[in-house]
Amino acid sequence: MNRNLLLGGLLSSLFVLAALLSFVWTPFDHAAMDIPAKLKPPQAPHWFGTDHFGRDMFSMIMVGARTSLAVAFIAVGIGMAIGVPLGLTAAARKGSWLDEVIMRANDLVFAFPSLVIAILITAVFGAGAINAIIAIGIFNIPVFARITRSAALSLWERDFILAARVAGKSSTRISLEHILPNVTNLLIVQGTIQFSLGILAEAGLSYVGLGAQPPTPSWGRMLADAQTMVSFAPHLALIPGLAIILTVLGLNLMGDGLRDHLDPRLRVSRT
Amino acid sequence: MLRYTLKRLLSLFLSLAVASLVIFFVIEVAPGDPASFMLGINAQPDTVAALRAELGLDVPKWQRYLDWVGGMLAGDFGTSYTYRTPVADMIGERLWVSLPLALYALTLSTLIAFPAGIYAASRRGKPGDIAVMGATQLGVAIPNFWFAMMLVLVFAINLHWFSAGGFAGWDAGLWAGMRSLTLPAISLALPQAAILARVMRSSLLDILGEDFMRTARAKGLSRRQALWRHGVRNALIPVLTIIGLQFSFLLAGSIIIEQVFYLPGLGRLVFQSISSRDLIVVESVVMLLVFSVITVNFIVDLAYALVDPRLRSRT
Repeated sequence: MNRNLLLGGLLSSLFVLAALLSFVWTPFDHAAMDIPAKLKPPQAPHWFGTDHFGRDMFSMIMVGARTSLAVAFIAVGIGMAIGVPLGLTAAARKGSWLDEVIMRANDLVFAFPSLVIAILITAVFGAGAINAIIAIGIFNIPVFARITRSAALSLWERDFILAARVAGKSSTRISLEHILPNVTNLLIVQGTIQFSLGILAEAGLSYVGLGAQPPTPSWGRMLADAQTMVSFAPHLALIPGLAIILTVLGLNLMGDGLRDHLDPRLRVSRT
Repeated sequence: MLRYTLKRLLSLFLSLAVASLVIFFVIEVAPGDPASFMLGINAQPDTVAALRAELGLDVPKWQRYLDWVGGMLAGDFGTSYTYRTPVADMIGERLWVSLPLALYALTLSTLIAFPAGIYAASRRGKPGDIAVMGATQLGVAIPNFWFAMMLVLVFAINLHWFSAGGFAGWDAGLWAGMRSLTLPAISLALPQAAILARVMRSSLLDILGEDFMRTARAKGLSRRQALWRHGVRNALIPVLTIIGLQFSFLLAGSIIIEQVFYLPGLGRLVFQSISSRDLIVVESVVMLLVFSVITVNFIVDLAYALVDPRLRSRT
């Protein structure tokens, strides 16, 4: 167990636990307004203070964690579910027209930043958390397709794959039984990184109004609300911001730690 | 090199064509007819039909697609549904905010990242390296719009060094314009600088392990001379690619940062257009962003092949 993995794991699980706990318990009702107690700085019983409607910030952060984590997690799921099979197929048929089409399509999707995808989707269907999931999910597909393809390509050169081919296995079976298990570690590490990028992207989208809509609490929306009040109630902006930073930092540290732990030779692109 | 350029040019045009098709038809499936939206629910059918004809919505879809693409190639992006002014003029005006902002941020991020990355690589494993790497770890975790709000709080509200938002305009002079773009550019540059510094460091570390670096030291160059003359120069190649990629992310990122500072750039134009269902503007701005991503990547690829002939044979 290395230090990055431990620290990152602790930080991330703190927020995952807070999100899960929010389903059964929060210190206050996150939507309950209490105008006389508005804009209270952090103090008991409101540990993170209250917002301009007197809502408890601590409860809102807990419920907001749910939105952020769920959106980023499902987006990674979409990216893996579509990207990994594409990458495996492209590698199994290296050099064929199918490989070419998959890789060109990947390049094309890569030219659409997730914000631009979100703008397109919102223009068509209106804003909502689902849009953020789809936009970030689509953005993740080429990332997983590329990394799977390049890892699979080097595996196809190995002797144990040759043995499997001699044994008469089809390329689909080889991909599923021999290639996929060997790229899993790499996918876990990249998945952690995309998860943290997804949280940042979700916050940005909700901030500009393309993500979760009220009354669903989300960290990005809390920051958007805080913007006009930052001069007299800085805690409104500081606390959701710190929640985002700590979650992303935790996931990134965990990704680095996992990489070193699972396979020190793995080198994942961080950019 | 010519063969490579032609091949890349062909794929550039193909990508642009497919991207324009995707953007046009995604927007076209949008529910709600712009003409009936503009006239409200009580409009007479013949009034709606007249407006549809005026906006050019009554011709077949493929015809409108061809008109749109053909128009863009000629510099005519169509006419805004709501403002009735040429979209090209609206975009042109906003581009004078977004483009300088992205370039300003790119310059800042390069100026921060290069020294930081080179410093960290040359002190690998020492406290200086650990400090820089820790800072970059934090830098990639900070959302740029939150950082922007903190900059406003400190430098605009408390210290009054800059204004909290708005754009002075280039008519007020280069300095006034730059000044209103400074905080936005810093907030955009920070996360990019963190990424770039990490790439610079790891790229330089790869080079420092090469045999030719040992040769350079053996022939009598000092550590510093070898680092700059043979290390940094070779390490720049992968860094170039990242800078190219970053430009497009900065242009997209400026859409969010413009919201923090109330800057009249492309971002605000897009959000206004979405809410007024001025879809032709959305279409054109999105196409412009995607065009810039694809083109910048094409230029980076070419520059890359120019610097490193080994890449020309691979594609």
